[in-house]
Amino acid sequence: MRHAKSDRIALSVLGWTVALVMFFPIFWMVLTGFKTEAEAVATPPSLIFTPTLDNYADVQNRADYLKFAFNSVFVSLGSTLLALAFAIPASYAMAFFPTWRTKNTLVWMLSTKMLPPVGVLVPIYLLFRDTGLLDTRIGLTLVYGLINLPIVVWMLYTFFKEVPRDILEAARVDGARPADEIRHLLVPLSLPGIASTALLAIILSWNEAFWSLNLTASKAAPLTAFIASFSSPQGLFWAKLSAASTLAVAPILIFGWMSQRQLVRGLTFGAVK
Amino acid sequence: MATVVLKQVRKSFGELEIIKGVDLEVRDHEFVVFVGPSGCGKSTLLRLIAGLEDITSGELSIDGRVVNDVPPAQRGIAMVFQSYALYPHMTVAENMAFGLKLAREDRATIRQKVAEAARILQLEPLLERKPKELSGGQRQRVAIGRAIVRKPKVFLFDEPLSNLDAALRVQMRIEIARLHHELDATMIYVTHDQVEAMTLADKIVVLNAGRVEQVGSPLELYHHPQNLFVAGFIGSPKMNFLATRVTAVEAGRAHVALPGGGSVAVPVRAEGLAADAAVTLGVRPEHLVAGPADGTVPARVFVVERLGGGTYVYARTEGEAMIVVEVDGDSPVQVGDRIDIGVPAEACHLFDADGNALPRNRRHPLAQPDRTHASTAP
Repeated sequence: MRHAKSDRIALSVLGWTVALVMFFPIFWMVLTGFKTEAEAVATPPSLIFTPTLDNYADVQNRADYLKFAFNSVFVSLGSTLLALAFAIPASYAMAFFPTWRTKNTLVWMLSTKMLPPVGVLVPIYLLFRDTGLLDTRIGLTLVYGLINLPIVVWMLYTFFKEVPRDILEAARVDGARPADEIRHLLVPLSLPGIASTALLAIILSWNEAFWSLNLTASKAAPLTAFIASFSSPQGLFWAKLSAASTLAVAPILIFGWMSQRQLVRGLTFGAVK
Repeated sequence: MATVVLKQVRKSFGELEIIKGVDLEVRDHEFVVFVGPSGCGKSTLLRLIAGLEDITSGELSIDGRVVNDVPPAQRGIAMVFQSYALYPHMTVAENMAFGLKLAREDRATIRQKVAEAARILQLEPLLERKPKELSGGQRQRVAIGRAIVRKPKVFLFDEPLSNLDAALRVQMRIEIARLHHELDATMIYVTHDQVEAMTLADKIVVLNAGRVEQVGSPLELYHHPQNLFVAGFIGSPKMNFLATRVTAVEAGRAHVALPGGGSVAVPVRAEGLAADAAVTLGVRPEHLVAGPADGTVPARVFVVERLGGGTYVYARTEGEAMIVVEVDGDSPVQVGDRIDIGVPAEACHLFDADGNALPRNRRHPLAQPDRTHASTAP
């Protein structure tokens, strides 16, 4: 399609405007992290100021950033691997051996995501308390794995359906058992799809702020709890909170930036054929 | 020995019965073709033999061993799919070696077997390429190579030439025939193209709606079809069918009325046929002649197809039935001409009201009940 030059300029301006509006909160947060507390709450807010690293020093003194970061990494990666371990065989079965129940199962799985987590907070908390899973990385990994499982299953299901069935049948005639089919054919052929699914699951786990705050205290707390600990009811805290948030968000922002092509492909895959 | 025997094999998908009790025997070294219209169950039957679908009831034996519950890889079969089904992320050599790798054969054996298959199919220069770098014909040969490497007892082909253009199809047909001679293997081949069936097969199995209509050599099916379906399916253009009545019955002869007032005496065993019975007369376009013969049908030409080597003339009889005649390539026939179509009695087929053929008196010399295949194996 050929747009008139004025149309293209208008679209560019619109695109940039939307991008700037969406990016602005993050930009402001990073900026605030380098201000003093007084500057942070000053009105009108200033764009030009003398940056200071005091906030970052305070944050590192008050809490051990690396411990929280490690927990985030552990739980995000662990839950993603857990979800993949269950979802790959499940999606394989549903994509290549569907029964009349398959569609219902898939829809039901998705429906569990519609439930507000707070509705099951008390039962899960009690379960975790009684099984000793409270404030453990394993417990959080388990919860995140289960939360993300419907999305991972759905995405893998759509990617697996793209693999032609007779390639797997040819493998079966060649002597492949289901495990061989998955290992030698399905996974290599849908690797981009699996990668984008995994990336999405990692990001969702990293950002998850409900269960991480309610099920962890000190040992297993990820970066979401780290940020929350800086919002105090008394005193000035915006600058330190911004610094802490920047530290918490930076890893996943960089990670997402590096893998953006994969992410976009994975998310738009089903939409454009 | 590589024989395949089916006994009352049935296959249902839920309530729907696709294969309705098939009995069949494939002999060692035989090239058997399953042919039939779309939806007749020929691919399903092949997949049952391969083990990609479960048999609902009945017995399937390969080499004397009942294999109903044996997985595909242990049945001694290899399959070539219509879409080739090559592994896209592996090279040609890896594609062919995959089955051997799964069977944990050692590298030297694998390399030797792949090299031999590559030699037979002239794939040596292509071994390091990926499937997407190959043409359709080359991909088909890789698919066949993958099958050869397994040294199966029975080769199964599922419409392997359907995805190729016409010229390539003819070329690959010759390749497959050559392969059959070189490997001397039992081959079961599925196609909807009756030309492929006629040219490749030792034995053709005509299927219709899950049932076997007739089994026989190509020429036996051509000269002695047992019912209307087989008669209309084999031969291109289709056999002409004229609905008509018996006018008189003799021993060894049935006189039937022709459109336009004539009649012809068809040499069939006519005992049991009532005078004035409703029958269908069948004559192939290539057996009709331009000009009077034993029986004559006046008709008016409405389409002329000139192929150069021959001409197909489509005409309408006085009863508005369509009749097709093959005449000489240089024939001066034009659309709108009134012609006399000659019906030689010897070329006629007669079918009763149920569609079954009445046995012809004389068996065609080339139409032996089963073409004996001389095996070159020791």
